[in-house]
Amino acid sequence: MNFRKMAKLSSVALIMATAANAENVLKWTSQGDALTMDPHSQNESPTIAFNGQIYEALVARDIEMNLVPELAESWTASPDGWTFKLRKGVTFHDGADFTAEDVVFSFNRALEESSDYKEQVKTVSNIEVIDDYTVKLVTAGANPILPNTLTNVYMMDSGWAKANGVERPQDFAAEEETFSVRNSNGTGPFMLTSRAPEELSVLTRNKSWWGDAMYPGNVDRIEYRPIKNAATRVAALLSGEVDFVLDAPLQDLKRIEATEGLTTKTVAQVRSIFFGMDQSLDELRSSNVKGANPFRDIKVREAFNLAIDKDAIQRVVMDGLSFPTGIITPPGVLGNTPELDKQYGFDLDKAKSLMAEAGYSDGFEIQLDCPNNRYNNDEKICQAAVAMLAKIGVKVNLDAIPKAQHFPKIQKRVSDFYMLGWGVSTLDSHYVFTYLFDGEGSWNGIGYNNARVNEITKLIETETDIPKRTALIDEAWHIIKKDMPYLPIHHQVLGWSMKDNVDVPIAADDHLRPRYVVFK
Amino acid sequence: MAPLLLAGLMFYFIINRLAQALLVMAVVSAISFSLFNFVGDPVNNMVGQDATREQRVEIRQQLGLDDPILVQYQRFMLNVAQGDFGLSYRIKQPVSQLILEKLPATLELVFASAVIAVFLGIVLGVFTGIRRYSWVSKTIMSVSLIGVSLPTFIIGIGLIYLFAVYLRWLPSSGRAGVIEIGGWKTSLLTIDGWRSIILPAITLSLFQLTMILRLVRAEMLEVMRSDYIKFAKARGLANRAIHFGHALRNTLVPVITIIGLNIGGLIAYSVITETVFQWPGTGLMFIQAVDFVDVPIMAAYLIFVALLFVVINLIVDILYFVVDPRIRRGGS
Repeated sequence: MNFRKMAKLSSVALIMATAANAENVLKWTSQGDALTMDPHSQNESPTIAFNGQIYEALVARDIEMNLVPELAESWTASPDGWTFKLRKGVTFHDGADFTAEDVVFSFNRALEESSDYKEQVKTVSNIEVIDDYTVKLVTAGANPILPNTLTNVYMMDSGWAKANGVERPQDFAAEEETFSVRNSNGTGPFMLTSRAPEELSVLTRNKSWWGDAMYPGNVDRIEYRPIKNAATRVAALLSGEVDFVLDAPLQDLKRIEATEGLTTKTVAQVRSIFFGMDQSLDELRSSNVKGANPFRDIKVREAFNLAIDKDAIQRVVMDGLSFPTGIITPPGVLGNTPELDKQYGFDLDKAKSLMAEAGYSDGFEIQLDCPNNRYNNDEKICQAAVAMLAKIGVKVNLDAIPKAQHFPKIQKRVSDFYMLGWGVSTLDSHYVFTYLFDGEGSWNGIGYNNARVNEITKLIETETDIPKRTALIDEAWHIIKKDMPYLPIHHQVLGWSMKDNVDVPIAADDHLRPRYVVFK
Repeated sequence: MAPLLLAGLMFYFIINRLAQALLVMAVVSAISFSLFNFVGDPVNNMVGQDATREQRVEIRQQLGLDDPILVQYQRFMLNVAQGDFGLSYRIKQPVSQLILEKLPATLELVFASAVIAVFLGIVLGVFTGIRRYSWVSKTIMSVSLIGVSLPTFIIGIGLIYLFAVYLRWLPSSGRAGVIEIGGWKTSLLTIDGWRSIILPAITLSLFQLTMILRLVRAEMLEVMRSDYIKFAKARGLANRAIHFGHALRNTLVPVITIIGLNIGGLIAYSVITETVFQWPGTGLMFIQAVDFVDVPIMAAYLIFVALLFVVINLIVDILYFVVDPRIRRGGS
């Protein structure tokens, strides 16, 4: 769509907005716009959420994060893969039928070199078309959690993609933008009517959506306007210009709740915040301890754990909006149990004696690397930790920097002591083990390498006996809980704000799901 | 001086200045490019957290991010010389097209705030210059301190809360009522458009307004003491004719210079105003690029701003050359 057409359409949309008052128009805002309309190009949460209104996957998550049918009606496991029965009578927005051929095409597209969803689908070695409405995703061995990893792998129409030359997602070295960056053709409940990136995107209800009668949502049109500045975003809600703000600052929630006609909702997010302590080196880079790595001593790690008062962080820094924890995976993820979730506790005396036992009664010096624009109050949490660790004699030098500089430090393994948060999109502990605990994990910046945990990480990839698999996960978490390689702080809390004439059910993955949004 | 000779001198002068301008551009681009090394690593933003380390390495290689900075700079300049600024890392759209799409919004905002700053600045400057002891003047002078002392961010948020949240007269942010005329997307032709530009334009103009006001006032005070004004008064001319016909006209030369030089500043400083008001111009685009370490956009934007300053300075130089004979002599 060119700009002239877009401008026309948006002015038409504006006229319609003033003409038809009976329409339920959801005007909402959040910090950042979707980066692209291409469903396989960017594995980024706001982009996934936005495109999830237009495109659909075989399976989806409902508001409570349960796995529910979307384009597949049912699925069954076998030792060499999963068979999906597709929903019949589904059409794309341009009218084309959704069939097995589109599933094959979409998976192959997601497997392309330039796709950002390769990791989600990499275990799929082949896709067999059994009939027009049955496909089998063949895996190299059993994969018990394959459906969990497919909720963000959206289905495209093969005919549309070919006609517009977008059989592959755009790669970074491309010369020109491709058609699918600004245009879309999904099967979802909303169709993209107009889009001016970073300004306004208008979506209209897909009247022939398969789920029309099954979901309570009564939104006819969505107008999404990103607002980067947090104070401006809140102002737009207070002035009544928008109905819903996804990401108002946590410290503003009380004021919004106290405003007449507005309300807020909170939920525990599927993201845990923790500190990493590098145990891979013989000598830390930023410490004054020479010839030894204090983090290799479990007594030091335990002392750090006991010296940081997570309840105080919750109370003072987070305004009550966090869930202190002892495990870096939140409730709702398979593997989290109330017992594991219990924090290590706060015991300054014991921490001091542990430090003395380890031979650091006078403490030591170390640098803490921390992002300042990624997590809720990230820098303030680190500042609190600095003060708390000072009480056991550890002099912490804080380096709080933007995320674009912080994360490469962990990736390049050059940080001794760092803050990180981890969200679990599959809601299964495997996603935590394989990235954070496995000896080869790409985000394992601490050099943790426990043979049994590595083994379990491999075993649960193929173990289909669910009770047995759950027991393995539990075993790994108990080893980790004892080893304390990381220092868990809390699970984050999400806060959504809205007018009280609209019910926007909050979801722990921070994705707006308009099919559940009801204007009263 | 013969017209032909003058034209020749002028040509030489412009060539000379253009050569200097090119040098400035090269230096600015080199400095900004070397700074990108410290902004962070874009790759982490470009792939999901699930991406493997190998995939990250591969993208670094594709983009040549591991090459020495000089090699990267050379490659960038070679592409720029062919008019190719590359694709945005963040949204994968051509950078030159993005800047052209965002530019009208910034230029209209700058235009509106320049009009406000110049008009109000001169009117209030003349007023406070003539009635320097009235309480209105004193109030204006005190209030104008806000314009220079409060950060743009605070002023913007304050205006939003007053006019959008509390009074609900104006929209809090965004650029509404956009229509397209001959490839230019304008918001100056609709009521909605004007309603949405008022707050950001005032916010952006305040600093310049204050400066122009104080400059005009100082110049007025100076000129009003001069002999020819006293003579004009002695001749019994009307106050109006003295103030506006004689005094104001003679204050305008330095004022025009300052305004000219500050237009570039308005564009460069629109970054904060655009961010506060979600004004979809080049400044907002730049801030988002910095967050993401979107090097192609940052590089192109900085070169664009440098070009702008260079061009404006060149025009001012040429104007001086035309106006001031002393510079002509120096040029030859």
